[in-house]
Amino acid sequence: MFAMFSRAVTFMAVVLALVCFSTPASSSDMELLGAGATFPQPLYSKMFDAYNQQYKVKINYQGIGSGGGINQLVRKTVDFGGTDAFMTAKELETAGAPVLHIPTCLGAVVVTYNLPGNPKLNFTSEAIASIFLGSIKRWNDPKIVSANPDVKLPDMPIVAVHRADGSGTTHIFSEYLTKANKEWKETIGAGKSLKWPAGQIGQKGNPGVAGYVKQTPGAVGYVELLYAIQNKMPYGNVRNRAGKFIEPSLKAVSAAANVKIPDDTNVSLTDTEAAAGYPISGFTWLIFYKEQNYGGKAKGRAEALAKLLSWMVGDGQKYVEPLQYAPLSKEAAAKANQIIRSMTYDGTPLVK
Amino acid sequence: MPDGTVSNAFRIMDNKARQVPGNTDRSEKRFNLVLALSGAFIVALLAAILVTLFITALPSIKEFGLFFFAGKVWDATTETFGALPFLVGTLFSSFLALFISIPFSLAISIFLGEYFKEGAVSTFLRSAVEVLAGIPSVIYGLWGLFLLMPAVRLVEMKIGVAPHGVGILTSSLILAIMIIPFSASIGREVISLVPGDLKEAAYSLGATRFEVIRNIVIPYARSGIIAGILLALGRAIGETMAVTMLIGNSNFLPTSIFSPANTMASVIANEFAEATGITAASLIYVALVLFFVTMVVNIVGTYVIQKLSIESSKEVS
Amino acid sequence: MGGHLRGRLVKDLAFKGIVCLFAFLSLLPLFLILYYITKNGIAVIDWDFLFHLPRPIGETGGGVANAIVGTLMLIVLSSVISIPCGITAGIYLSENKEGKLSNTIRLSVIVLQGTPSIVIGIIAYLWIVAPLKTFSALSGGVALSIMMLPVIVKTTEETLKLIPYHLKEASLALGVPYYKTILKVILPSGLSGILTGILLSVARITGETAPLLFTAFGNQFMNINIFKPIDSLPYRIFYYAMSPYPEWHSFAWGASFILVVLTLALNLIARGISAKWKTRF
Repeated sequence: MFAMFSRAVTFMAVVLALVCFSTPASSSDMELLGAGATFPQPLYSKMFDAYNQQYKVKINYQGIGSGGGINQLVRKTVDFGGTDAFMTAKELETAGAPVLHIPTCLGAVVVTYNLPGNPKLNFTSEAIASIFLGSIKRWNDPKIVSANPDVKLPDMPIVAVHRADGSGTTHIFSEYLTKANKEWKETIGAGKSLKWPAGQIGQKGNPGVAGYVKQTPGAVGYVELLYAIQNKMPYGNVRNRAGKFIEPSLKAVSAAANVKIPDDTNVSLTDTEAAAGYPISGFTWLIFYKEQNYGGKAKGRAEALAKLLSWMVGDGQKYVEPLQYAPLSKEAAAKANQIIRSMTYDGTPLVK
Repeated sequence: MPDGTVSNAFRIMDNKARQVPGNTDRSEKRFNLVLALSGAFIVALLAAILVTLFITALPSIKEFGLFFFAGKVWDATTETFGALPFLVGTLFSSFLALFISIPFSLAISIFLGEYFKEGAVSTFLRSAVEVLAGIPSVIYGLWGLFLLMPAVRLVEMKIGVAPHGVGILTSSLILAIMIIPFSASIGREVISLVPGDLKEAAYSLGATRFEVIRNIVIPYARSGIIAGILLALGRAIGETMAVTMLIGNSNFLPTSIFSPANTMASVIANEFAEATGITAASLIYVALVLFFVTMVVNIVGTYVIQKLSIESSKEVS
Repeated sequence: MGGHLRGRLVKDLAFKGIVCLFAFLSLLPLFLILYYITKNGIAVIDWDFLFHLPRPIGETGGGVANAIVGTLMLIVLSSVISIPCGITAGIYLSENKEGKLSNTIRLSVIVLQGTPSIVIGIIAYLWIVAPLKTFSALSGGVALSIMMLPVIVKTTEETLKLIPYHLKEASLALGVPYYKTILKVILPSGLSGILTGILLSVARITGETAPLLFTAFGNQFMNINIFKPIDSLPYRIFYYAMSPYPEWHSFAWGASFILVVLTLALNLIARGISAKWKTRF
């Protein structure tokens, strides 16, 4: 029996060795690694699936939040990161080498909730701020009722949910509230991780927040539009600066995006002045190093990354609208391509 | 012929054999060295773990020192980190889980150790408890998410508290279920090891089964039962997945059993992937604390059990 | 006098009743869990589920083939790393019952066994992911092997301690060198116990998620390369459970069913081996 056992172990070890070492890290079946925002993840998973079918390149993207994406890129454990919050000066400094951002699409952060009858609600910025600051605790509070005269709001406690992980969605949401509400600006401010009031629930990722709100009567949270749509969850209209209650939609997000885009694409779309624009909109970016030769990275891998990025702002844009994200404008796409062309490997540009 | 003399004779021969010079001696020496090295490797592994944790947590230790444990604020934006909310969250949920689980694990121990030591019922219960112990943590979390959470939510709505569904209570409940097998199996062993003559003496004086259990068995097995409870506590403190899914992820001190909170393990699971600089160092500081707490609890529990098994084997002879 | 006695007898019966009640009540969660896993899990399992890869977010269909393969790979990887070291350390401990090194090793084993899995995950990240600059199955395997080591060491030591001294005596008396005695005589006779220990430790790590969170990382594609990220059943369950999609929830139940079946099978085989092949002296 011992002979059988030792033979089994040797067999196992040989098989393992053959399997693992016959496929070296830089094999012909190219696999790129990305991590970060869950905001665009439904779009990315569709895009990467299509890209894989067309070009046979595997893109492994894990949604760990924008904060996670930035951190893992800085630690160089991933090829690219995804973030809905442009890297801060401090984060760029920590990275050591220059980091480039390209926008891939635009999306809307919606206020989704769980109430009997799934009514369509209107929210003022004051109402949203008060809900998440914890100053109003029940759904039939005058601040919410006043904007919704036709809806019979129940006397239920509000269960507010925020992101437990460092989130670009939080950044877009809080940036809007900072611009639109003085109390929010003074107490909490904007950022990926905030000092939320005590007693609120945190969940990981857009899916986590959506999942929790869907299950909890009286809950309210902020998620990317598609998560609410895919799960048939109600989401509110938000009053923009022009005074109109705007329903979050592809059109309303595009309307909010008619701003000048700087060369590094660092632009904020929240609290837009556009009359038909949805006020909680934002870009989402992919981040990567400008100089791709680091950590022993093979040139083929860098080239594959550049190819992927070009595709995502070019042909890949056809997947954007069916998933209710807004596509890049011609200007944004042009800026993105300009940035991709500045990627280098050992100083020589990757894309001609 | 007394066994001892023969064994001793062979032991001397064995030692002599090890001292025989020549090829056999070298290969034996090498063999013993290999054995000793792999044993030493384990010690080195543990030391390396400690050193790694300590060095990576150093920036945070230097900054916050021992006030880390008293600090109530965990704020990544102002880079102020205090671990008190997680210490309280961990201890609160673990001890609550312990209190909930003790009646049940004690019942199982007495059932299997006293009333039904053998037989079909005994085998059934014992196997069932083993299965309970073998279910992975994430599956407990999944089950808790879809079955425990709505139940707790109903209770909260009835009472009039905010119907979070998650929080200290929910995670304590799932922890209680998870740790029952640990204290139950150790309790069962010590209870079944209670010497028969002690019990017989009590019976002969006219005591009922209940009185024997209450006055003889439990006091005798007390330290073993406590050791089992300690080991269960150690498991509860270090538990990550089921707790992360059910505790509500709030970095504030919990104010009631319905509050959302975070334990040391769950805050690490939530925030490590995105942690940089002093945040990462502080999270590893939390990990260091968690490591030491579980280490102390486990060592105490294991030594009490070892002492007991030595004592009971002495009693038998 | 009679009344007093009746009181005591009532208490006796009541106590027995309470003990039985609580003992079986504690099984209630177990039955509920197994019931829901079976009910929701079996409904989902079909050819698609077992052999296809996951579909993009929000789309229906697909399966968990990558997670199943990933779990199996992680098991093999961590076994290959931990079994040799664990067995040899266990042999050392059984041969050297006293001594400073032995006692230190035993203490280390106790401490390692009680270490929370999330802490081991951090260690694997710091030791393997950060230096290699990539998430990988290897780092996940290392984390899991650290968790397997204590169980293997302990069961090996305890199994070998049970083997009577005269077996070793006889072999040495025949002139067999010490190391051959251990490898060819002692070890094989303790094999069933050691195998049981290995299977039990594998059962333990099969369901572990926390150490894989920042090491194996997850992968929606199939992967058998140890230097790349890999998916696993526990990770899939976690990811799907925390999502809002009802289909993903049923996938989580399905994956749980597979995981529970795997874990129970390992436990059963372990118990079967120890019962059937236990060499009696």
